[in-house]
Amino acid sequence: MRDKYFGVLLLCSIRPQFPAVFAFSTMQALSIRGLTKTYRNGVVALKGIDFEVGVGEFTALLGPNGAGKTTTIGIVTSLVNKTSGKVEVFGHDIDTQIEIAKSCIGLVPQEINFNQFEKIFDIVVNQAGYYGIPRRLAKQRAEKYLKQLHLWERRDDMSRTLSGGMKRRLMIARALVHEPKLLILDEPTAGVDIEIRRSMWEFLRRINQEGITIILTTHYLEEAENLCRRVAIIDHGQIIEYGRTKDLLAKLHTETFVLNLRQPLENLPPLDGYAVTQVDDTTLEVEVSKQQNINALFELLSKDKIQVLSMRNKVNRLEELFVRLVEGKG
Amino acid sequence: MFTRFRENYIGFETIVIKEVVRVARIWVQTLVPPVIQMTLYFLIFGGLIGSQVRRIDGYTYMAFLAPGLIMMSVINNSYTNVVSSFFGAKFGRHIEELLVSPLPNYMIISGYVVGGVVRGLAVGSMVAIVALFFTHLHIAHPLITISVAVLTAILFALGGLINAIFAKKFDDVTIIPTFILTPLTYLGGVFYSIQMLPMVFSEISKVNPILYMVNAFRYGILGVSDIGIGYAYVIILLFIVALFCFSLILLHKGVGLRT
Repeated sequence: MRDKYFGVLLLCSIRPQFPAVFAFSTMQALSIRGLTKTYRNGVVALKGIDFEVGVGEFTALLGPNGAGKTTTIGIVTSLVNKTSGKVEVFGHDIDTQIEIAKSCIGLVPQEINFNQFEKIFDIVVNQAGYYGIPRRLAKQRAEKYLKQLHLWERRDDMSRTLSGGMKRRLMIARALVHEPKLLILDEPTAGVDIEIRRSMWEFLRRINQEGITIILTTHYLEEAENLCRRVAIIDHGQIIEYGRTKDLLAKLHTETFVLNLRQPLENLPPLDGYAVTQVDDTTLEVEVSKQQNINALFELLSKDKIQVLSMRNKVNRLEELFVRLVEGKG
Repeated sequence: MFTRFRENYIGFETIVIKEVVRVARIWVQTLVPPVIQMTLYFLIFGGLIGSQVRRIDGYTYMAFLAPGLIMMSVINNSYTNVVSSFFGAKFGRHIEELLVSPLPNYMIISGYVVGGVVRGLAVGSMVAIVALFFTHLHIAHPLITISVAVLTAILFALGGLINAIFAKKFDDVTIIPTFILTPLTYLGGVFYSIQMLPMVFSEISKVNPILYMVNAFRYGILGVSDIGIGYAYVIILLFIVALFCFSLILLHKGVGLRT
């Protein structure tokens, strides 16, 4: 019921001229209905997508390359013209109220798209200006977000001198400077080292808790599993799965565990009911179905005097589900 | 309503500041070369060759040439500024900063156009200062001089914007200036009066819109012109309205900008 908001007073972004919307019915941060996109070269990128994101949600949009994620985001942010369908951002139709809808969104695109010959501070301040924020306030906001994203010390440097991770953080600061209600991040942690990635997760978690709705596309499924309460999986231009992350993971019928053994194993004893593969002398891979009890597996191993040093999932659980869905293995 | 206008104005102002800062930051590329080029024109055409040319409409060739060269600078620089800046933004994809913002298209166009006008007039003013070293410039009609220069700069800034919208690669940015703009400018009465041409070519020249701008500007400075000043204003204004509407349609449809 998290996405069922009744009587929400929604003030869209910082633009005071846009009337406060008293929504006494279900209010969605993003509502997409029957969205299709066919490119001029005939490529059908979206085949009628229906997708809703509730206010305050943290949602992942997953899919293999070319599935339609970036096209969907492009249409929502007006960088791509849709072929048909309806898109509403906080109740504002992008066909009739595009300016209000745009003011609600902050976008962190997949590709670096700021002027490489501009100073970091100027990039953020100018972006605020495009959203109608007076220069003095824009400078205050730029300082706030550049500090939060650990870029303040570099504010007078040319943006091209930043590292890959810093460039990503700059795009996040730029997307937040007009304080949007909906933040869309298209693979924000691609090519970023694990330390920076985790600090970015922390930052995103915090701003989501502060009330910003977040939509994230990522190839790091661990990222989606850790951050997002909801996950949509898109493939060949269609949403093939959408729901709470927990519910989706519950659909996994089997999980593969990797067991590291204390002693090298010469002959693999039969472990009745379990599909076991010996990877090397001290490593086993065991497939455990939902109906099976993992304690029983350990009992069998103990009986054969096999001591387990450690155990882990072979792949991230969401990754396993993702691969099964995309490969059509249910 | 007023708040909305104010916010849009802030967006417009941001583009203008950014454009002016860009011109100032790379002044060695944006301001110096055209002034050097025009100085050479004054020296070679005005000084060396011009001294052998008879007076035109009662003025020395140098005095006749000066308004033409100033106007040529305004035309080239207002066009070049917008075409290079807008195409650069497209190529580097930072035009997306504007496309995702709620700033209306007419404000985006206006912001870039004002940037082009500022550079066009800045270079035009510097060329006018250079001209003072070679000839005496008495401005006969200051209002006409300024208004024609500003309107012409607006027109060619819009032209540059449209060129940048359609351009897909850097070559496309230079095709129009090389094959259309430069010939029309050279044949637009910068260096000569159309009264010096045979009747047929004189009449053909009247199809060239740049002729009207150069002559209107020359009228503002010298008080002499080959064409009626009223025609010049009508033609310039008609072109501005047409190009502005066309740019608006292109941005609305996302031609060259949105997929």
